[in-house]
Amino acid sequence: MKSVPAKKISRSRTTKGKRKVRVLVGKPGLDGHDRGAKIIARALRDAGKEVIYTGLHQTPEMIVNAAEQEDVDAIGLSILSGAHNYLFPKVVELLRKKKMGKVVVFGGGIIPENDIPGLRKKGVDRIFTPGATLSEIVEYVNKRIRPRA
Amino acid sequence: MAISAKEILSGDVQAAARLMRDLDDEIPSAHRTLKTLYRHTGRATILGITGAPGAGKSTLVDCVTGHLRQEGKTVGIVAIDPTSPFSGGAILGDRIRMQKHALDEGVFIKSLATRGHLGGLSKSTIDIVNVMDAMGKDVVIIETVGVGQDEVEIVKVAHTNLVLVVPGMGDDIQAMKAGILEIADIFVVNKSDREGADRTKQELETMVGMNTYREGEWAPPVMAAVAQTGAGVPELLSEVERHWKFISREENLERYRREKARVELMEILKKRLLEKAVDDLSRDGVLDLLLQDIARKIRDPYSIAEQVVDHKFGFHLTEGARKGKGNRRR
Ligand SMILES: Nc1nc2c(ncn2[C@@H]2O[C@H](COP(=O)(O)OP(=O)(O)OP(=O)(O)O)[C@@H](O)[C@H]2O)c(=O)[nH]1
Ligand SMILES: [Mg+2]
Repeated sequence: MKSVPAKKISRSRTTKGKRKVRVLVGKPGLDGHDRGAKIIARALRDAGKEVIYTGLHQTPEMIVNAAEQEDVDAIGLSILSGAHNYLFPKVVELLRKKKMGKVVVFGGGIIPENDIPGLRKKGVDRIFTPGATLSEIVEYVNKRIRPRA
Repeated sequence: MAISAKEILSGDVQAAARLMRDLDDEIPSAHRTLKTLYRHTGRATILGITGAPGAGKSTLVDCVTGHLRQEGKTVGIVAIDPTSPFSGGAILGDRIRMQKHALDEGVFIKSLATRGHLGGLSKSTIDIVNVMDAMGKDVVIIETVGVGQDEVEIVKVAHTNLVLVVPGMGDDIQAMKAGILEIADIFVVNKSDREGADRTKQELETMVGMNTYREGEWAPPVMAAVAQTGAGVPELLSEVERHWKFISREENLERYRREKARVELMEILKKRLLEKAVDDLSRDGVLDLLLQDIARKIRDPYSIAEQVVDHKFGFHLTEGARKGKGNRRR
């Protein structure tokens, strides 16, 4: 009880001029399951991030436009439809076209191990396969994603 | 890198997005840019949308935006969701319902977290609305966090405030009555496809009817809508239009502008004075000592606040705090 006011004030003192990490979480493609994306969004919120959740059926163009307006540091995509080899590189390409190449792209879903090196080569920073734990993903975001200067 | 006013006025989307984030993060250079931009504001019409969580605010924003775009108006949207008090993080999910406009260059959507600010808006909302205004957006729509009893901040910021109510709230309307009457320029009974919509509409109309409105005063109409299908939205928009005409009358506009100016100045003063006081107090760890004293009931917060405000804060206060440090816990 006694420490409560002190904590509150020191927090408001430190938020000034301090950036918060903003991550866009989206679910491109045609399949209708966004449970995974929602769980990640919640985990990242609980890790103190501001998560812009854009929901289902996004095209890469829509995702990149939202990322631009929201000025995010990273984009996390959940892809179960099998179209990962198209969708991930497309998002990276559109970001580069807009000179937003610094936005980190990562993701997960049902993605065969064999596809991962190719995706990484095309600029996807990290792919999580279904075996990955939530804390692995959170730890990755905590370490890798910094607010863009 | 600091964003210049020129970049914003030229319509640079990335510069605008960055400036808005800088304002949200309270980066000092952003406030300097806003000083220059300020005289370019005042052209946009600002529409506030508030209502309980899940009432359909975002769905309505989406629908209204569609209509405004058809009229050729450009739209800025500021959508606010709550920050988790436990982690400081937030899920900003209002865009889910606004996908239709994701590729429209005439629509700019910014999602914001409350970051501990009360009143239904974020601390940065007014600043960010100003940026959208300066960018040349014809209409700026603000979607607040679900309305509570005292979320009246929006009233002063927007020209026109829509309050969404959903059927089946029953006694809730009674409970909301006090705050809500003053907030609403227009009531919207959304989800009117649901049972009980007529009754809710009647209850609201009765509530409004109990007030007496003088000649030249605005009596809030109660409109029924189904945001999901768009039913009732054209009728709602003609009421919005009517309210804009009402507020554009010289005497009303003058009053609105002065009220808004007051809120802007007061909010900035609050922010700056508090920052300054906290910064001053934080020097040499005085703040922590004072807090400790207050917690131990050696000092009272009233006297300390008074001393800070009267600029009497200084050596003797520090001394006291230092001495207090040695006192035993009660
Ligand atoms: N039946 C019905 N459902 C609606 C209507 N308008 C919105 N909804 C649904 O209500 C739910 C919540 O809608 P939102 O637009 O997200 O509500 P909101 O007020 O923005 O919610 P928060 O931002 O979370 O406070 C969604 O599932 C919508 O599809 C309506 O007119 N009728
Ligand atoms: Mg919403």
